[in-house]
Parts: sequence; structure tokens; C-alpha cells
Amino acid sequence: MSDNLSKNISGFGEKADSSGNEFLAFTLGKEEYGIDILKVQEIRGYEAVTRIANSPDFIKGVVNLRGIIVPIVDMRIKFQLGEPTYDQFTVVIILNISGRVVGMVVDSVSDVITLLPEQIKPAPEMGTTFDSDYLIGLGTLDERMLILVDIDKLMSSADMGLIEKLAA
Amino acid sequence: MTIDMSQFFQVFFDEAEEGLAEMEKLLLAVNVSDPDDEELNAVFRAAHSIKGGSATFGLTDLTEITHVLESLLDRIRQGQMALTSEHVDAFLAAKDILKSMLDGHRHGTTVDLDAVGSVRMLLQSFSEGSAKAGVAVARSELAPELISRYRVELPQLAARDIEALEQELGLLGSTQKMVGEDGSCVFVIDTAKSADSIVEICSFLVNTDDLKISQAQATSSREEQQGYGFFAPFVPQDATDEERGYGFFAPFVPANATDRERGYGFFEPFVPQGDIEQAKPVSADQIETEDGPALPIAEVASEKKAKGDKPATAVPESSSIRVGIEKVDQLINLVGELVITQAMIEQRTGSLDPMLHEHLLNSVSQLTRNTRDLQESVMSIRMMPMDYVFSRFPRMVRDLAAKLGKRVEFVTHGAATELDKGLIERIVDPLTHLVRNSIDHGIELPDARLATGKTDYGTLSLSAEHQGGNIIIEVTDDGGGLNRERILSKAKQQGMAVSDNASDGDVWQLIFEPGFSTAERVTDVSGRGVGMDVVKRNILAMGGAVDIRSMKGLGTTISISLPLTLAILDGMSIRIGHEIYILPLGYVVESLQPATQDIKDISGQGTVIKVRGEYLPLIPLYQIFNIAPTFTDPSQGLIVILESDGKKAALFVDDLIGQQQIVVKNLESNYRKVAGISGATILGDGGVALIIDVAALLRSSRQLSDESVFS
Repeated sequence: MSDNLSKNISGFGEKADSSGNEFLAFTLGKEEYGIDILKVQEIRGYEAVTRIANSPDFIKGVVNLRGIIVPIVDMRIKFQLGEPTYDQFTVVIILNISGRVVGMVVDSVSDVITLLPEQIKPAPEMGTTFDSDYLIGLGTLDERMLILVDIDKLMSSADMGLIEKLAA
Repeated sequence: MTIDMSQFFQVFFDEAEEGLAEMEKLLLAVNVSDPDDEELNAVFRAAHSIKGGSATFGLTDLTEITHVLESLLDRIRQGQMALTSEHVDAFLAAKDILKSMLDGHRHGTTVDLDAVGSVRMLLQSFSEGSAKAGVAVARSELAPELISRYRVELPQLAARDIEALEQELGLLGSTQKMVGEDGSCVFVIDTAKSADSIVEICSFLVNTDDLKISQAQATSSREEQQGYGFFAPFVPQDATDEERGYGFFAPFVPANATDRERGYGFFEPFVPQGDIEQAKPVSADQIETEDGPALPIAEVASEKKAKGDKPATAVPESSSIRVGIEKVDQLINLVGELVITQAMIEQRTGSLDPMLHEHLLNSVSQLTRNTRDLQESVMSIRMMPMDYVFSRFPRMVRDLAAKLGKRVEFVTHGAATELDKGLIERIVDPLTHLVRNSIDHGIELPDARLATGKTDYGTLSLSAEHQGGNIIIEVTDDGGGLNRERILSKAKQQGMAVSDNASDGDVWQLIFEPGFSTAERVTDVSGRGVGMDVVKRNILAMGGAVDIRSMKGLGTTISISLPLTLAILDGMSIRIGHEIYILPLGYVVESLQPATQDIKDISGQGTVIKVRGEYLPLIPLYQIFNIAPTFTDPSQGLIVILESDGKKAALFVDDLIGQQQIVVKNLESNYRKVAGISGATILGDGGVALIIDVAALLRSSRQLSDESVFS
């Protein structure tokens, strides 16, 4: 039975067809970003976190997500964008990065957009707060420009400090 | 439609493996001189079900060995053969072979075919050589169910030959000899052996073509002998009509017999003629019909016996079910959720007026109890007793000790201590290595032991116990202990940086270095210097620690401490500022509010607290975790005395909140290891509280205080 369940879940994700990739658009300060929708598990409001002693300030702490302990990262602090305020409108995107669940605080989530490969332009070498290693490219949709982030790579990177180095 | 056989194979392999393990356990426990019937039956059942399973799956090699094993076991359990320690050895060898064959089928490992053959030969030789000893037993005490009565008619022979034959046949079972005037002779033999063996014996003296052997019905019980037995021995299968009359009266002399007949049965001529006349027609007709019923009755009798056995056999077979581990894990997660939800309800109702909401509150407290019970039972599914690991060792110890010429008594303590299944499986290899080491290097030879005033047998003990949030598994021997000098010189030889006045603890840790062995000679058991480093690595990988205690001449204890992941922990929640942390209750000795005069600063570096004449280092948690505390003066807050590895320290906290059972959640599954934190748990309000790694905290604070002493 559980097999069927997991099949349904993965089947749901496979809907993205070849006509384009779907991205979840969110804002940090004035910039609009996009991440692969398949990495997003859910979107939640911000709730009280448990602080972890001696951790970097952008790691807000951990929360209980239905019995799983999930670390919460505030991208606004990490990339010095926008004001890190916490109220009922603060949004947490729960990501599932190769089996690890991480929460990411952003200013707001706008919508899900579909971008065709020709709408994605390579990222310039400089000009964004994100290291260009973590960028897939720039997506354009009408007047909007989305900075498409390779969230897998970003969250697994050493400067996020979320995952212990394997050598340890 | 094709059926996926592989899943059934898997089930068979699992079952067979369990059966073999069970068999070994029983064999090791069996009392050779007075084996318990039930135990023998259990061994037989194990062999039998493996045989059945392997036959079903067409694994003929397994079937063959188990068949031989089974038949030998059957004779023993029927009492036709006395169990000897050679048998037990042979059975154990057979078990090993079966295991290796099973692995061969399962994992494609190579099977030593020579060993398979030799075990098979061994078992076969036992079951054939059994008859002599076996019949003696059967004759003397047990219902000879399988004993058949044979009537052997021999042609004319010399008296000497007849005597020799009588002797030979006498070895098969009880014989009755009837010698005819013409020198021909009839033997009636009760034996467990087949007619073939009688032919074999006779063929030395007689042309087998002149031999007439006929089988009579089994005389299975005394009762039967009295009632039906009358007919039983008289059914020569290939008898002619004339002979049938004979068979009926075989031991008697029919008064109306012809001369030739008289020649056969010349003794006991007392049977009145009339009786014979009456009996004769009856016998001729009835033998054919009675011959039928006689058999079923014997079967009924044995069936009854089988039925009597059944209740005992059926129970162990159905006492467990096989469930996928992921289902269990899912269940554990769900129950964990339920516990948290229940705690939330409890907390929410806590503020209600007990007078107004009496019924609700009663129901909630009932829910609390039920949830806790449910959680405990569910958690226990994944837990397995250490016995699962310990039970493999008696055999290994026995074999190893015998091989090395040592005498070892093996003792286990705390076999009922439960540990998570995942850990149980991973601890087997390291423990095996340690036990092997203890026997090879630790325990001395009997002579050496006697020379140092010890008993000639060494004691090797395995123990397991819960200590706080850990399980401590210890391998203890009363052997020679570790040799400090030899380890040090060996370390220097290998270019390790060691100082002569290193503490014992540090010296012992050297044996965990890769490539380190102090054994003077390499045996095939151990001494190659690979292993101890692997042991340590494996244990560290499980999040555990290894510690060695050793006294020269008195023995060595290797102590493994493993965390109980997935465990429910009794925790004490403490508050510092606005933050709540959990202390595993196992480390907590007491808590108290210290008096100002008991708090002493040592050269401005650290603080100690005097508790009942003992000075304990004070660990200010708010400094370590960088929290804004309510109190900075220990005399205003509380201190919690913690103990780990025999070291005590006082933890300074703001307040104690309470004591509760918590489900340990891994912080590393989504985040990473945090210094001073061993895990997290979910509180009643749904929030997360971190669990303090007390052992690490004490270790790090000790380093701090040591430095302050030396600087």
C-alpha cells in the first residue's frame, strides 16, 4: 500500500512535461527569484523556532514539522536582502533537497510560472548577491525577470553549513 | 501469470536461517546424557521444516543433507539411539554446512563441497552404525515401533554355521531359533533393520537364493501384541496357501501336520487338534482381511501419539509474524505523533477548572495512560533482546576454546536488555572480534592459569545493561590482562609517538591503532593486527565509544557504550532564560540550590561548588550556549549535579520544569551535529527542545578545568 502511495506522490511530480519547467517565484527584498517547483514540499507560515546555540545567525533554529525536526534558514539574513521581520505574513518554503528537509524564510511567495527553455538566459558573471555557481540563469516572463536559483546546490553548499562535510 | 518466486525464496531463507539458529541454540543447551524429548523434537522440527522448504524450492543439496540429519535425529528422538556428544558435534557441523549452503543460494557465496560431502558421510555413518547400540536401547526400554518381525528360513546348514548365524543375527535384535531335524533352520527375528541387512549377514554362509525371508507385522505395543498380535507375526507376504497355515501357527506344532511340516515345528506339540481345525479356515480367510485392519490400528496408535505432541509443537510455530521493518518504522512515527498530540491536549486541559471539567480531565488522563502503553508496546517491536547476539557466542567460544586447548566458561548477563534492531545487527561483528581476542590473547592455557593460582578454566563474560541513554556492552575475561610494557615497546617499534608515563587508559587505546598487534605469534584466530581498529571504527560509526579496563594478571574488560537511537528517554526539562533544554535523566544525580558560601572561584578561571564535602566544577550553561539567563548568580538559580563516566559536575540552570518521557529525534537527519547537543525532541506544545549531550559537556568542561589547573 505504501508503495502505491509513494508512486502517486512521485507521479504527481512528473507532470512537468517537456514544454517547460515550472518555477516557484518568491521575493527577497526587491528581487524576484525562482526555484524548481519539484524541490518544494510545502509553504507554511513562520512559527516560533527553537534556537540552536552557537549557530550562524541566518540559521534561525529548528521547528517541528509533523514530527520531523527541520532547520529554518532565513535567506534575508543570509543574503542581506529585505528586512528580517517575522509576522503572520512571513512565509517559509519547505524544501526537500535529496531527502533532507529544510525550511527557507523569504519575504513573499508570488506564483508558479512555467518557463520554456528559450525563456531562460544564462546568468551574467556578476551582478547578483548569489554566487553565479548557484544560478541556473535568468528567466524572463513578460516584464518580469526571475533569478533562477539552483536550490539543490545552494542548500548543500558549505557556506550554508546545513550539511556536515562527508569527510568528518 | 507468473508468480514472483523471489519473495517466497526470501521468506524461506529467513525461516531457514532462524531454524538453524534455533537448532544450534538447542544443541548447545542439550544435556547429552539425558536429553529432553521436547528439545530433541524441536531440533527435529527445525531440520524437518528446512528440508520441507528446500524441497519445495528445489534446493536439492539442502534437502539431501537435512534428510540425513533428520533421519538420524529421528532415531535418536525415538530412543533407538542414545545421544552422544559426537552426535551433537556432527549436528553442529551439519548446521554450519547448511548455513553455508544457504548463504551459497542466497548471496552466491562459494560452498565447500568437500565439507558438505564429509558432513554427509559423517551423518550417514552415524545413522548406519547406530543399529547395534540402538536396538539395545529399544529392547530394554522403549516401545519398538519400528521393529519388524522377520521370519528367515534357511536351507540345510552345519550346526556350527547356524550358531554363528544366530550370533550375528542376535546383534540385530531378539531372535528365536528353530532347527529342523534335517538341519534346516528358521529364525524369527525382531529387529529395526531392514530385511536387506539380514540377507547381508546370511549371504556369508548361505546362497541368497536359498534364503526365504518374510516380514511379519510390526509388534508395536504390548496391548497390540495381546490383541492383534495373534495375527501379526503370521503374515508371510509371499507365503503359499500351505505355508500360510504354517505362519499362523508358526511357533506351535500342529497336531495334524504332515511329516514335513512337523519337521519345521517340532516343538511344543500341545495344541489340540480341534482347535486347529477350527482355526485353520479362519486364518486362511481372515489373514487377508485382518491383515488390513491390523495396519490401520497401528497407525491410529501412532497418530494418537502425534496428536498428543501437537499442542506443544503448534505453539512455537505461530508465536511470531514476519513484518517489514518499514511498516514498523511507520507505526513508530505515527505513535510518536500521537504521543505529541496527546501531550498537547494534556497541556491545553491543564488550565481548565478541575471542578467544572472533571469528566474531560479524567478522560484525558486515561488517554495519557493508554498512549504511553501504546507507545511502549510499539517501540518494543523494533527492540530486540541482546540475547539475539549473545546466543551466537556459546558455540564460538566452545569451538575456539577447544581449538586453542583452553578451558573457557562462558557467562552472559543482561541478555534481556533490549536494543534497537539496527544496532543489534551492527554490533555482532565487533563483539565477535572482541570475544575471539579475549579467548586467544586474554585467557591463558590451563597450565599457565594454574601456575598463577587461578582456576584452570577461564571465565569469559558478556554483559549488557542500560545506563542512562546508553547501552553498555562489556566483554570481560579473567585472563592475563594487557601488557603495558609490551604495548609501549611495540608502539615505539612502529614509530608511534608515546611517552613512557602515559596513563593506562591512553596506553590501552593504542591497541585500537591500525596494524597494531602484540601477539607474539599470529594464529589463525587472531593476532594479525587487523581488527581492533575496525572494531573501534564500527563502534564510533554507531555513535558509540570503546573503553578498556585491564589489570595485569587479573583480566581485561572491554566496554562498549552505544547510544539508544530511537529510544524513548526519561528526560528532565530545564529552563535557562526563555529556552528549554532536556537533560537525560540517567545522568542527573540531584538538583539543589547552592548556598553562597559553597561557591568558590578558582583563580578567576572557573567556579567550583562544594556539595557534601565534594568540590564539583560548575558549568554555566548560559555561557556555553550563549543565552540571556534570568540569573547569573548560582545561588539564585539551581544547580543540577550530573554524572558521567564517574565524573561529576554541577550544571547551573535557571529552573527545573519537570520530568517527562521524550522521543529522541535525530538533529542530523536534516541538519548537522551540534556541539553539546545530542538530539532534539518535541514538547507538548509542539515546539522543539534540544537534548543536552551531557557526556560531551562534562568532557569539554573537564578539558577547560584541566587547562586552568595547568596554566
